[in-house]
Amino acid sequence: MIAELGLAMLWIAAALACLSLIAGALFLRSGKAELAAVIRPAAVAMGALTSLSFLFLIWLFVRSDMSVELVARNSNSLKPMIFKIAGTWGNHEGSMLLWLAILCLSGALVAIFEKRLREDTLIATLTAQAALSLGFFAFLLFSSNPFNRLPVAPPDGQGLNPLLQDIGLAFHPPTLYVGYVGLSVAFSFAVGALITREVGPAFARAMRPWVLGSWIFLTLGITAGSYWAYYELGWGGWWFWDPVENVSLVPWLAGAALLHSVSVTATRNALRAWTVMLAVIGFSMSMVGTFIVRSGLLTSVHSFAVDPQRGAFLLVLMAIYIGGALTLFALRAGAVAEGKKFALMSREGSLVINNLLLTTILALVLLGTLYPIVAEAMGEKISVGPPYYNRVAGPIALVLCVVMVMGPLLNWRRDDGKKLWGRLPLGILAGAVILFGLVLFGGSVGILPLLGMTVAAFVAVLSLAPLWGRNLRRTPLPTWGMVVAHFGVAICLAGMGAETAFIKEKLVAASPGDVVKVGQYRVEFAGVSPVAGPNYTALKARLVAVTPSGERYVMYPESRMFPGLMGTSPTETNEAALLTRPGGQLYAVLGVPVPSADGAPDRYQLRLWWKPLVWWIWLGGGLIALGGFLSLVGRAQFLTVWRARRARKAEERFA
Amino acid sequence: MKKSWILFLPLAIMGLLFGGFIYRLTTPADTMIQSQWIDKPMPLFDLPPAADGVEGLKSSQLADGQPRLVNIFASWCIPCRAEAPQLEALARAGVRIDGIAVRDRPQDVADFFREYGNPFERVGSDMQSSVQIALGSSGVPETFIIDGKGIIREQHQGVILDHHVPEILAKLEALK
Repeated sequence: MIAELGLAMLWIAAALACLSLIAGALFLRSGKAELAAVIRPAAVAMGALTSLSFLFLIWLFVRSDMSVELVARNSNSLKPMIFKIAGTWGNHEGSMLLWLAILCLSGALVAIFEKRLREDTLIATLTAQAALSLGFFAFLLFSSNPFNRLPVAPPDGQGLNPLLQDIGLAFHPPTLYVGYVGLSVAFSFAVGALITREVGPAFARAMRPWVLGSWIFLTLGITAGSYWAYYELGWGGWWFWDPVENVSLVPWLAGAALLHSVSVTATRNALRAWTVMLAVIGFSMSMVGTFIVRSGLLTSVHSFAVDPQRGAFLLVLMAIYIGGALTLFALRAGAVAEGKKFALMSREGSLVINNLLLTTILALVLLGTLYPIVAEAMGEKISVGPPYYNRVAGPIALVLCVVMVMGPLLNWRRDDGKKLWGRLPLGILAGAVILFGLVLFGGSVGILPLLGMTVAAFVAVLSLAPLWGRNLRRTPLPTWGMVVAHFGVAICLAGMGAETAFIKEKLVAASPGDVVKVGQYRVEFAGVSPVAGPNYTALKARLVAVTPSGERYVMYPESRMFPGLMGTSPTETNEAALLTRPGGQLYAVLGVPVPSADGAPDRYQLRLWWKPLVWWIWLGGGLIALGGFLSLVGRAQFLTVWRARRARKAEERFA
Repeated sequence: MKKSWILFLPLAIMGLLFGGFIYRLTTPADTMIQSQWIDKPMPLFDLPPAADGVEGLKSSQLADGQPRLVNIFASWCIPCRAEAPQLEALARAGVRIDGIAVRDRPQDVADFFREYGNPFERVGSDMQSSVQIALGSSGVPETFIIDGKGIIREQHQGVILDHHVPEILAKLEALK
């Protein structure tokens, strides 16, 4: 019954989406307010129904109801509970339902909380949101029904890809989804504002928290995904420029650009058409990303769920939404006009440069990701790898970072640059110290990591500059947010630079008792023992890492073997062992046993890395997200209301 | 409104992008990687004999005016055993075949010939796969069709099956 109820709720929600779309369209044509009355309640009901439906699907996974096809294919009664739950969205159908639930839930939140926007723009926005969800309802119900029953229930399920049985991954996709879908609200706001021609500060202020919120989740999702790939795949890298990583980076870049331009529109009523354009691009890129992952268009390590048929369906949906929005933009943007003018030497000016650089990086990453398709159409087979991205996107990103910390030191509209020139020398000094230090003592460092660490020092110092000479307790929270996020960029950059420049790697075939030196660490290979986990067997090595100062730490890298369940093939995964130290991380992977011909003691492949400052990369990512969070909280309505009330009380006391 | 065409630019870019997507969805990716050396001369190599009693293989020996086959195999490769009767048939039909044994031991190659026959004129031993990689071959077995001037004309990836035999004979005939 649970599955049938879940499905019924989806159909009712789809019908409500249909109703909202029609009512909204009629209202926008005729302006009859009675028609519009249905839209807010419908949005709230849709949010409730889809969320409930998703909870029902989780329930089915928790109960291991093998008569449901999705559960039988993706779960197993022996799996630990947390992975049973995570299995709900670890597959195509479940993740599409999650996507839809978040989409409808955010529509409901807009319907309940958005009070500042003009009513007709809000109705247009919710109508656009209903149109979006209708397409995804069709996609889910017609081509990927998660509640499908099997005619005969199998005794047990096939399990989940062992690579995905990881706590980090349980939360990585939902985080990214919240980010993607948050951008859908920005998209709907942009469409709504274009329809009613109300592109201005009110629209920008309504849109800003959604952009900021989704960008925070994208930042967290990408950071978590990068860390997952780092320790779970056992390759020791933190970014591979893999197509799927790229398609998550592209909406993030669009979100970062939009975040800054929407502030310009909200504060100064400028850059209006550009903000609308970016809002459309942001969600379009999220959809393109989902499409690329789901359709198997590009070969990638992430190709977990691939089906060309669904790809065609998604493509049609995207063509309608993106094509519709861009056509609307082309027809209406001429009437929107650019808004207030400003000088190049101003905060707006620096934000425009920042936006142009971000969109350039976005275009370059997208081009690199899709270029293999173009090349194949011309009869050539190539793949685009890190050298391309590092060479084209790296330098632009460094320039971007430099501009990033200069902008906040300029005033709106126009500026004589007095404050900027006054504070710039300290940043340059910090950069110069690092640069000379590295050139003199760093050995042979590549040019990009060298510049990266130099710019990181410059950015770290100047990102704090907006706080100099201010009363820190009275500095508004959004300013703190900006400072923390920009400082996070510097930390992240420093980590990337140091890891690339000074990484040490050792690959050996070692017997128990051997000692391996990597960087300044001595690693003793103490031995290997077999382990039985809940649903796998493993070989576990015991390594003793000795630091330069003589401290000893034990590390246990594992090589796990997941047996094939119900006819699937067995899979091996590597559990790397990480030793985090202030100066970086020691990373150990246990590989396959090396057969010995002459009866000598068994040898094992051991792969060891010393990665200086590597954890700064994710610390930086976390700080960027924290900065976004501070800005979001600082601008939250309830806080503004609370502050105003407190200020009024204080006045009354003095009166 | 004189700049209004610019506003249609994003739409046009999207159209191009989606054209690419449609192309890719309708023509699924061909995952076979063909060698980049087709219609180019054989790379230079000089391989020692792969087993006792056979002759080694030099790239200069391949350009002797007669088209021929170069078969990449290994004694440890199961599909190569399945391919042996077809190679035998080609050799009986007068086709000249040279072999390159990849990452193999002389004793194992000799055993392989004893069990499955030796259709080769010469067999070189490629211990480090260096010639295989230079040729752009991505696995065993693979067969290259070489013309009389030592230029690679075609690459056959995987096992030569019964129905491939007449096709290969026709191709060799055309190269004469």
